[in-house]
Amino acid sequence: MSIASDEFGGPAPPRRFKSPAPERSSGAGDTIFKGLTGAMAALVLIVMGGAALAMLWGGLLAFKTFGLRFLWSSDWDAVAHKFGAFVPIYGTLVTSAIAIVMAVPISFGIAIFLTELAPKWLRGPVGTAIELLAAVPSIIYGMWGLFVFVPFVATYLEPWMNDHVGTLPIIGPLFSGPPIGIGMLTAGTILAIMILPFITAVMRDVFGAVPAELKESAVALGSTTWEVISHVSLPYTRSAVVGAIFLGLGRSLGETMAVTFVLGNAHDFSLSLFMPGNSIAAAIANEFTEADSPLYVSSLIALGFLLFVVTFIVLALAKLMLLRLGRMEGAKT
Amino acid sequence: MLRTILAVMAVATVAGAAGAEQITGAGSTFVYPVLSKWSADYSVKFGDKVNYQSIGSGGGISQIKAGTVDFGATDKPLSPVELAASGLAQFPVVIGAISPVVNIAGVRPGQMKFSGPLLADIYLGRIKKWNDPGIRALNPGVPLPNAAITCVHRSDGSGTTYNWAYYLGQVSPVWKAKVGAGTSVQWPVGVGGKGNEGVAAFVNQIPNSIGYVEYAYVIQNHMKYGLVRNSAGRFIGPTVAGFQAAAATAHWAHAKDFFLVMTNAPSAAGYPITATTFVLMYKHPKNAARSAAALKFFKWSFEHGQADAAALDYVSLPPVLVKQIERYWATQIK
Amino acid sequence: MTAHSAKAMRGIILRRQIANAAVLVAASASTLFGLFWLAWILWTTVSKGAAALKPALFTQMTPPPGTEGGLLNAFAGSLAMIVMAVIIGTPVGILAGTWLAEFARRTHLGAAIRFVNDILLSAPSIVIGLFVYELAVRPVGHFSGYAGSVALAMILLPVVVRTSDEALQLVPDPMREAALALGLPRWKITTKVVYRAASTGILTGVLLAVARISGETAPLLFTALNNQYWTNNLGNPLANVPVVIFQFALSPYDSWHALAWAGALIVTLFVLTLGIIARAAFRQRHLNG
Repeated sequence: MSIASDEFGGPAPPRRFKSPAPERSSGAGDTIFKGLTGAMAALVLIVMGGAALAMLWGGLLAFKTFGLRFLWSSDWDAVAHKFGAFVPIYGTLVTSAIAIVMAVPISFGIAIFLTELAPKWLRGPVGTAIELLAAVPSIIYGMWGLFVFVPFVATYLEPWMNDHVGTLPIIGPLFSGPPIGIGMLTAGTILAIMILPFITAVMRDVFGAVPAELKESAVALGSTTWEVISHVSLPYTRSAVVGAIFLGLGRSLGETMAVTFVLGNAHDFSLSLFMPGNSIAAAIANEFTEADSPLYVSSLIALGFLLFVVTFIVLALAKLMLLRLGRMEGAKT
Repeated sequence: MLRTILAVMAVATVAGAAGAEQITGAGSTFVYPVLSKWSADYSVKFGDKVNYQSIGSGGGISQIKAGTVDFGATDKPLSPVELAASGLAQFPVVIGAISPVVNIAGVRPGQMKFSGPLLADIYLGRIKKWNDPGIRALNPGVPLPNAAITCVHRSDGSGTTYNWAYYLGQVSPVWKAKVGAGTSVQWPVGVGGKGNEGVAAFVNQIPNSIGYVEYAYVIQNHMKYGLVRNSAGRFIGPTVAGFQAAAATAHWAHAKDFFLVMTNAPSAAGYPITATTFVLMYKHPKNAARSAAALKFFKWSFEHGQADAAALDYVSLPPVLVKQIERYWATQIK
Repeated sequence: MTAHSAKAMRGIILRRQIANAAVLVAASASTLFGLFWLAWILWTTVSKGAAALKPALFTQMTPPPGTEGGLLNAFAGSLAMIVMAVIIGTPVGILAGTWLAEFARRTHLGAAIRFVNDILLSAPSIVIGLFVYELAVRPVGHFSGYAGSVALAMILLPVVVRTSDEALQLVPDPMREAALALGLPRWKITTKVVYRAASTGILTGVLLAVARISGETAPLLFTALNNQYWTNNLGNPLANVPVVIFQFALSPYDSWHALAWAGALIVTLFVLTLGIIARAAFRQRHLNG
């Protein structure tokens, strides 16, 4: 049926069909949808706010008793009722840093392998195998860590590092100490293995989502595989890759069970990574159920609140860094 | 085997249908194995299901205070003042012991002899090597090396630590002043292992180390335990006879609400680091039926659970103590 | 081109090729490294749990020490709580991610919510457990499977929000614009076009979240507690695998140790199988329609 204007001139016949409504009047369906999704997003805010407030409330006694000193005191005496958060905060940051430093390059490598290198028949099984690492319950990491990995580290790894890395200037003191096996290095390593599959899974998915035309154009211009990844895939997926790293970082900051078994729960500060330390999550897990005075319980909950604060600061710094990177590349983040 | 399962299931279902109670308890990890065994046997016979979970003594105290469980269990007894403030009653439920264990080449289980003050000095870091004169004096003939002692303690809060530290405080004024007793203390020296398993694993791994574990772990892991000198001056090893002797002489009769830590009991043949776990229940419970059912369970366990307890390396309460507890129930818990 | 620049050009090409080869070798090495840990952990789990890998594992309840038993009540309880957590958390998470990706991609409010979500993501699970304890256990006066599901849902939520947000953002805008040009209302565009395009990404997010909550112990300790027995009432304390593993592994009894490791192996295989089936089902759907 011809609706178009008569090409021999003359007026077009009157329109019989209403043109589709312009996007501005979105209709009831759209309003409901936007409202529903917005409400769910608000729920995230509420949940988070509730948890943070609950922690702040519970930790009030500790904050009032110790004041700001709580943040840099390394006391932890349950009998004398003196508590300080420095050692757990330090341990949380150090073990997560070790975990990210180890996990990100390896995840990146695995994601490259899975998307670019591996033949099609190998991709599925290897990808599944890496995901298996995510399927292992975190408590098994703790138990495996305690009963299998720690003896290995104590017998082979730490003595070797004492001899070869502990003697180097500057970083030497970090890697020397009594080879007992438990400590921040072991905990950081186990965390790295734990967060590896999360970062890899997301990286692999997003690398696969890069439009083929973009990659093919780069190849047509003579790029090597690595150049395609670094100049095309990474920039395209930068936000998602950073998201993957945040996923892993988040996991490692809050990981409780795996770290609890192998960190040693020592409340003394020491520079060496071989020494036992403490993390906020491990301190709470190790001591909460046995805490026998209100100040003790309050101090532990205050630690939980401080973890929110630490996470806030770490993430804010990371986002600032990203913003700066984005501006340097001239892209809108 | 299958028939046993079906029979058990049938009994359980019938008992379930007959309105069996589900009673919840939580607290000390020390008693978890024996309570779960008693509970399993009790539920087969009587239908009521007593679900006890180990979340730690502190957890047991806070949950019973919050009223989320029907009874709590704690290794550290509450004082009568605290009990009165919360309307709680308290009574001991089973006896266990804590043993020092070592890992020294050439030393056999039961060979090392310790005194209380010696253990305190080792854990204070004042005695640093195995061939220290203090240790040698008690252990002539034992091949003690010229090596540093690695002390292993608990990294998590624990009633076991509480009893161990309490004992050390009883026998060493320096320990009492410097460290004190708690489920978690500021250890002067040493490394921390998670749970009794963690301590046992570290002692087994680290040469020239010493640790402290519950008796059940000593037996199950075949560890090299040491003898401890009791207040009468005799070196006693962790045996059921030793635990029972200690329990018999502890001053229960004079303890209001059984508020007594029974380490260092004044018994000639008693093992000095014997400890008991306490159950906390409301004197005027909100749910009287479940409370009464729980008491019936404990009564049965006291009177018929000795074999179960012994099989798991625990010691049942002596009959005198049981009578005292039952009198306490009659007067305190309505 | 002069001979000098031809040589320089060859040098550059060689450097690029070496860099490429180095990266690819490193990538393969990384994969082997990752697989090595997996093999080690799996080997430990299987060898320590082998003694308990019998049919009884799935037919009997958690036993007291020294008695034969299985983990039936724990498996059932865990499964119930995971399913409930997914039912509670996934729709909220996907919808929240949708709002972020479709309506708030560059707004300040969107950035704020994303930030808050990332903080929630890093919250230690024990803190979540304590929070839900205050909300859902203390007021009611008893531990319950429902409280456990809520705690797990709160851990699942931020993962799903994050991954849905990212997955939806990766769907190229031309697809949306084409649908818009066809006259579809916004909500239809999102549900019928964008969701389908992002489905694998969203699914990955849900599976990652399920993997995470299947192994979480600390939050359940304060919400669902655990149960030695079977119960049909989800308002009672509910048996679950992670807490059972925790208690059994730290006990002195070998029979309990074996059950703990066997339970861990089953959880691992469960999550893996779930992932494989879900991915296969999605691939089928894409192929067919």
